[in-house]
Amino acid sequence: MVASLTRSTSIDGRWRLWLRRQILPGFGPALGFTLLYLSLIVLIPVSAAFVKISDLGGEAFMKAVASPRVLAAYGVSLRTSVGAASVNTLLGTVVAWVLVRYRFPGRRVLDAMVDLPFALPTAVAGIALAAIYGPHGWLGAPLAAAAGLKVAYTELGIFVALTFVGLPFVVRTVQPVLAELDPEYEEAAASLGASRWQTILRVIGPELVPAAVTGFALAFARALGEYGSVVFIAGNMPMKTEIVPLLIVTKLDQYDFRGATAIAVVMLVISFALLLVINLLQHWAARWQKR
Amino acid sequence: MIRPFLLLFASWLTLVAAHGQTTQLLNVSYDPTREFYQEYNEVFAKAYEQKTGKKVQVQQSHGGSSKQARSVIDGLPADVVTLGVVADIDALHANGNLVAADWQKRLPNNSVPYTSTVTLLVRKRNPKGIKDWDDLVKPGVQVITPNPKTSSGGRWNFLAAFGYALRQNHGDAAQAREFIGKLYQNVPVLDSGARGSTITFAQRQLGDVLIAWENEAYLTLKEFGKDQFAMIYPSVSIKAEPPVAVVDKVVDQKGTREVATAYLQFLFTPEAQELAARNFYRPLGPELQAKYAGQFPSLPLFTVDELFGGWAKAQPLFFADGGIFDQIYQH
Repeated sequence: MVASLTRSTSIDGRWRLWLRRQILPGFGPALGFTLLYLSLIVLIPVSAAFVKISDLGGEAFMKAVASPRVLAAYGVSLRTSVGAASVNTLLGTVVAWVLVRYRFPGRRVLDAMVDLPFALPTAVAGIALAAIYGPHGWLGAPLAAAAGLKVAYTELGIFVALTFVGLPFVVRTVQPVLAELDPEYEEAAASLGASRWQTILRVIGPELVPAAVTGFALAFARALGEYGSVVFIAGNMPMKTEIVPLLIVTKLDQYDFRGATAIAVVMLVISFALLLVINLLQHWAARWQKR
Repeated sequence: MIRPFLLLFASWLTLVAAHGQTTQLLNVSYDPTREFYQEYNEVFAKAYEQKTGKKVQVQQSHGGSSKQARSVIDGLPADVVTLGVVADIDALHANGNLVAADWQKRLPNNSVPYTSTVTLLVRKRNPKGIKDWDDLVKPGVQVITPNPKTSSGGRWNFLAAFGYALRQNHGDAAQAREFIGKLYQNVPVLDSGARGSTITFAQRQLGDVLIAWENEAYLTLKEFGKDQFAMIYPSVSIKAEPPVAVVDKVVDQKGTREVATAYLQFLFTPEAQELAARNFYRPLGPELQAKYAGQFPSLPLFTVDELFGGWAKAQPLFFADGGIFDQIYQH
């Protein structure tokens, strides 16, 4: 270790520089602990899923994960999750902006309300949403009468539930970044002759994008796994409003443990790939910004 | 000063000791039996103590029938299971050999202590004029029934409608499948359990007709008021036979086989049968059936064995992945 550190290749140089920058010691034990902890909490349960399906033949695996009904469910889950996370990213950023930049009576109450979707048991949220948006609900009845729009028991209903559970993720990631962003930047931009749109797009926007993307990723990941609130408002019709987590539970109820795990593994791979892409995008955007 | 404490300590000790002698049983059951077993457990505990001098306390757990069976497979220590269909107890044998293969032969009446049937519940004054199964496939009629893949009630409902169509078409399976396909096109929501469907229909006001267990329909009338809904008996229906069994692996481990068996055998006594009837389950003996004839009108009932050759055949044919139920949604 010492020998390699004293050699002056460029990589070793970076190592040395990096080690010298640490003020507190303990890199070794801390890394060891991190690896152990992540293994216990994440890696072992996840790999158990892979072990469980390992004795499932290729044909049986494809039959379990690629039947028309399962394919339809992937579509429903991905469409509604991306939709809900996108809307949350836009509107959640606006909410964070209002909560940070303006002072008005009731601000703290509004701020606390953002966390409610975290605190509420999701089944309660699902039942409440189904009651409100149902064909005889407060919002469902007028919507159906005015626009012929059905919300509960359609894909739109799933989208509404996922938007509800995902909102805090975006607001809570964007909020601290906004709070750090000094209004003086905006004033400087204005005094240098930037229009309002230019200020938003070229001064504030780039600062917020990384946080907003993280918020999107969190809201999206949460939406993909959400079960409790969705099953009450979805109607659960095969090929139409069946989400992947419900399909997994249905398989378990038929004692098809392997089939359920196979679908779960496919979902895991899809979401890991998507999260990885989002992370890479973010990394790339940060480098691009620095130039 | 010390004496009262000693006294208290002594009484606490006797309490603990008495508690130690109380045998704990766990009855894992399905959704609509909640009210019945609450009463039955007390009656049984009293009778058992009188007979043997031993105390017993029964805990109960309820949920969708298949979900409950899966919990037992996953390790929920149930001494007895009282489930919705034979297939769910067969699953306990198939997955981990929790009950012996011949479990159905160990109790009277094929281990079925009470029966029920499938009826139709409609809104007051029956605005869509629903009288029989063929009214459910008419355009514009919304039917509420649970998902047969997860709910035992949903399976009985499905087979009741299918059996009607078979009889109507002189046993032509293709026409029966067309009928059942049309019926499920009229179903806007598939809840995962029978209670979920009842709530969708009664509380959320969705649909024109609820296909329901007879006992669940009676409970709904009791809960939401007789003026809100009306019960319709179709021209023919299915004889629903929810079975019970001692879970061998658990009772042998806990040493509770004797009391668990007594618990299930007691279900077949006149006292328990009367209790079942009061909780809207059809009792077994002809005398009690006569006594409760007003509550349980007689109608032609077919059984799963007669029409479909038993659950071991019906379950994979209709409800396995890619089975007849799945095929409804695959075009």
